[in-house]
Formats: sequence, structure tokens, C-alpha cells
Amino acid sequence: MKKSFVKAVMILAVMTIAATSLVAQSYAIVFKNTGNPYGEKQMAGFKAGIEEQKFEAILRAPDQPTAEAQIAIIQQLIAQRVASICIVGNDFDALTPVLGQAASAGIKVFSLDSSVNPSARLTHVNQADSVKIGQTLVQAAYDMIGGKGQIAILSATSQASNQNLWISYMKQELTLPKYKNVKLVKVAYGDDLRDKSVSETEGLLKAYPNLKCIIAPTTVGVAAAGKVLTDKGLKGKVFLTGLGLPSEMATYIENGVCPYMFLWNPIDVGYLGAYVATALVKGTISGAVGDKFSAGRLGNYTITKAPDGGTEVLLGPPFKFDAKNIADWKTVY
Amino acid sequence: MSERSISVDRPRSLRRFFFQWEWLLVLIFIAVNLINSSLSRYYLNLRSLVGSTNSFLDMAFLVLPMTFVIILGNIDISVASTVALSAVVMAVSFNAGLPMPLAAILCLVVGTACGLLNGLIMIKFKELSAVIVTLATMIIYRGIAYVILEDQASGHFPKWYSFLAWGSIGPVPLILIVFAACAIAFGLLLHKTSFGRKVFAMGNNLTAARYSGIRTDSVIVAVSALTGLMAGFTSLFLSSRMGSTRPNVALGYELSVIAMVVLGGVSTAGGSGRIGGPILAVFIIGYLNYGLGLVNTTANVLLIIIGSLLILSVLVLNVRFGGHRRPAPPGARVIAPGKAPDEKA
Repeated sequence: MKKSFVKAVMILAVMTIAATSLVAQSYAIVFKNTGNPYGEKQMAGFKAGIEEQKFEAILRAPDQPTAEAQIAIIQQLIAQRVASICIVGNDFDALTPVLGQAASAGIKVFSLDSSVNPSARLTHVNQADSVKIGQTLVQAAYDMIGGKGQIAILSATSQASNQNLWISYMKQELTLPKYKNVKLVKVAYGDDLRDKSVSETEGLLKAYPNLKCIIAPTTVGVAAAGKVLTDKGLKGKVFLTGLGLPSEMATYIENGVCPYMFLWNPIDVGYLGAYVATALVKGTISGAVGDKFSAGRLGNYTITKAPDGGTEVLLGPPFKFDAKNIADWKTVY
Repeated sequence: MSERSISVDRPRSLRRFFFQWEWLLVLIFIAVNLINSSLSRYYLNLRSLVGSTNSFLDMAFLVLPMTFVIILGNIDISVASTVALSAVVMAVSFNAGLPMPLAAILCLVVGTACGLLNGLIMIKFKELSAVIVTLATMIIYRGIAYVILEDQASGHFPKWYSFLAWGSIGPVPLILIVFAACAIAFGLLLHKTSFGRKVFAMGNNLTAARYSGIRTDSVIVAVSALTGLMAGFTSLFLSSRMGSTRPNVALGYELSVIAMVVLGGVSTAGGSGRIGGPILAVFIIGYLNYGLGLVNTTANVLLIIIGSLLILSVLVLNVRFGGHRRPAPPGARVIAPGKAPDEKA
């Protein structure tokens, strides 16, 4: 009787240990709030990435997009002893104390898409690589105009740091011998205002009658240019590409004014986050600059220095939206 | 006053003692805990059970004065905006160079002032109902907070300040100790002082209370100011927990707080209720949130459950206890001669 009791206790103990070690492999993502289509895609990508590695994914989002609601969720995740928390922050600083608690409980914490304070995260998963954005946009323009002709850039404000970074990489790409017949005639600034972007586009068309393509790496600019080119019936004469919201650009992609444009894919952002999570837990990476890891179907990644003083992983080339896939995406974001 | 009391005390019996809403709440509380612990193996862990209180207790400071407000037959929907405004003023004045202890006191002062203003408007313009007055100030206070901070966050509080919300004495979080002290103080104030009796009397029949010599205006102003002060407390703990503040903090707190008070068995018609009910309701909803969070239920399911509990509580109170006409505590029977005890003003 006593023996069987001891046996039972031992079996129970072993089962508990097995169970806890199993559950120690659950990976959580906390998005900003529920009912956000962009966030649903991101969480779906995270889930796919975690589940294809045979782990359990926990998808959480508060009903209100506030930091205090995220704090409560993170506390629950700490009590569940998850292996890692991937946070899409509602506030840069407010989550620092609770994320610190998570870290001291041995949980690997990192941010995704919307970053948190570098002191509260091991690394950050960012959408797109500035160099690749510059290269991709110039290549797109090159393909659209058949490798020859004048192009112009319609930017936001002249002080926007991300815009200027992308434009400088575009200019760098244009110095390659491949582009010797492509001439960048002007960088115009629409200040991310719809009416100013429209008049700047009209100005470009007047000043450069032989203009073949406009690159607008800003969602406001690219939509404004799309409208001008559509209204003036310049489809097929002046091409348009850039970084745009599928929902705003669907009309111009479907009518052919903009053959294709780019933005990052939220599913891939989440998917990359899944592999960052497992690599951090396995110890393959620690979140330091230069750490390398493999992210399933997306290939290999290296952690780099982030502008905010922490480290980050960049998703890579932006996602291409064209006539074939725009119908699926225009309702998403 | 005493010669005006009409004693309708029924003899205390065991049956009546157990036939109280609070016992049903205790049962719900036990049920919530049983369900939670069967759902998640991580639930029954004393350390995290006690520790998790810091995620819902900041709101509980508002439940205490709201109980007074609702017993008075009023309502205050401006509390969350008061929290936001006092937190924003504190953060901004601290970052402008005010020492943190003074900034914290300023936070309480701003909260009290907001409550005081609510009360003054209510007694000056009696034709306005409390819900309209506080609806207006709800918009105004949050509006001022937005004007001050403009959608930005403000913080960088000193390290020691985070102890308020995150610190604990032994295994017990500081916030739980402070809340227990406040709960006892409010319980004594409501059930053991003449002030509490006046609140019940006014909730039962305002006109009668006034004719029996209660200075009703000062009671209303005092309760409003007390509500503001407790909003200041909430704001201290909330901004300490977040390490920073924004104009949109505590969004929607007013409805959760009112829900807890009503679930706690306080009649929205005024005049009846006990402090123990709302306090139990705080822990029921808090642990329900925590437990369902542990099994990763989505936020929307939680809202449905809390809503259902609320309807259930109102139904049971009305059907089982006969439309809130259960006897209020003895002190509440201070009414003018000639008026029926349960007649509403």
C-alpha cells in the first residue's frame, strides 16, 4: 500500500516535471489591441512560425490599446512561465518595469514592429531594411521604364530622416553601371500633405515632359501621385511606384497607373518574430550586434545596431503589391 | 437626532445573517477560484495570487468612494478623467522641477479639486443630474489632460517611486496593504459614523433627510471631494506602475468601477448597500481577469463574462431580495416622522 503510494507520487512528480518542461516551450506575442487587421496578420505570422517549429504559440491582445492593459497580460504570461514574450508596445517606456520582471523570471523579452525601451528588450524586430528599400524602388522604376529614361522622386518633408536615408540609398543604387541610362531629374517634397503632393506631382509633369516614372516612398505621396496620373490619363506613359498602403493604392494598381508598389508584409514580420523568439530561448542568439540565426522560409538574419541605441533585426526587402495580390490585401490595411 | 430614529431593526437571526448578498458574492468568489484553478495549473500559487493584486487594485481605490456616491443615489463618471488629469499634472510638474514628494501631493490635491468642483456644480445647479454634471467634467478633465500633454507620454520618475506599485513588504504588495487600510477606513466611515448614516438617509429619501436637519449639500460636496482624493490615489499607483503617464490612462475605468459597485450589491436607486460587497466584487473581477488571462482567453470573452455577472447580480438582487428593499443598516433609518421607510424622494 505504502509502496504503491510512493510510486504514485513519483509518477505524478515525473509527470509534473515533464508537463512543466513541455509548457516552458510556449511563446507569447502581445499585440497592441484586438480587432486590428494589421495586428491579426502579424499574430498569424508569429503563430505559423512558432507552430512549424512544434512549439505552442500564445496570442494575446488587450481590448484597449493601452500600456496598462498590456502590463496585466504580461503579468499573466510571467505566471504561466512562458519561454519568451514578443511585445508590440503601446508605449515606449511604460512597459519597462513589467518587462524587467519578466526578464528576471528568465523569460526572453523582445519587441516587434513598435519598439520598447532598449533597456527592456533583448532586441527588436523591425519591418524593413533601408538599403533594400532604396535598391528595390530603383530596380522597380528601372523595370517599369525598360531601363531608359527620366525618373523623379516625390518624398515627404525634406527633414524626414527615414525618407532621406532611403533617397540616399536610391542615389547610391543609381550609380551602378546598370542604370547609366536612367536619370534622376528631381526630388520633390510633398510634405506628406495631400494637396501639396498633388501640386508637386503636377509640377514634375510640367517641368519634365519626358518623365517616365515617379518613385514616392511615402504613403501620402504615392496615393496623391496615383490620383494625378489617373486624372490626367497618363497610364502607361508615366509609371508610379513607391511605398503605399494597399487599401489606398488598390484603385491605382487595379487601373494600371501603378504596376506595383511595396510595403512590408505584417505576416512576415510576425513570422520573423517567431524565429527570433526560439533563437533567443535556444541561446543561438543573445540579442547582441552580429548574432546570426536562421528564420525558416525567410532565410538567414544578422542582428544589427538600432538607431535608438539597442539592437534590431530587419525583415529585409519590402513586400511587393501588384494586380495579382492587391485584391487580397486592400481590405487588410 | 436619536429621538427621530425609527427603529425597524428586525431581530438578528442566523437565517437572516446567511441570507445576504455578500454570501452569494463569497460563493461566486470561491467558484471563480475553483474554476480558475481547474483551468490553469499555474493559478493556485500563493505568491502570484497575492502578487497579481497589483494589476487590479489601483482601480479598487475608486470603488470605495463610488460606493458612497451610488448609495447617495448619484453616479460619478468623471473619475477616470480625474485620474488622467491628476497623473498628467503630477508628471508635468515633476519634469518641470518639482520634487517628487511634492508632485505626488499635488496629484492628490488636483484629484480632490476635481471632485470638489463636481460637488459644487451639483449643489449649485440642483436641476442637473449627477450623470450630466460628471459627463461634462469627464470630457473637460480629460480634455485638459490632452491639452497639457498633447498625446505625448511624460515620466522619468525617480527609481523609488516605482516601489509604490511594484514594491512589497514581505510577500504582500504595498498596494494591497494601502488598499486594506483604505477599505477599513471607508468601511468605518460608512457603517460606524453619523456621516455614513447621513449618506444612507439621503440615498433613501433626500427631501426627508434635508427636513430632518441633515446638511445635504455639505455631504454631497464631501463625498465628491473624497472621490476626487481617491482618484488621486489611483493615479499615484497607476503612474508608478507604468513609470510614465499619458492623457489616455485609465480609459474606461469609470464603467469598471461602477460595475464592481453594482455587482457588490449596492442599489443604483440609492440608500442600500454595504462596503463589503464592492470590495468582494473587486477581487472577484480581478481574479476572474487574472485566471482567464492565465488560460489566454481573449479580452472580449472577459467582457462578456463580466457583463453577464452584472446582469445576474442585478436580477438576483431585485428578484431574490425584493427590489432592493431589504433593510439597510440600522443607521439608515434616520428619517423624518410620517414618512414610510422605503419611500423614495
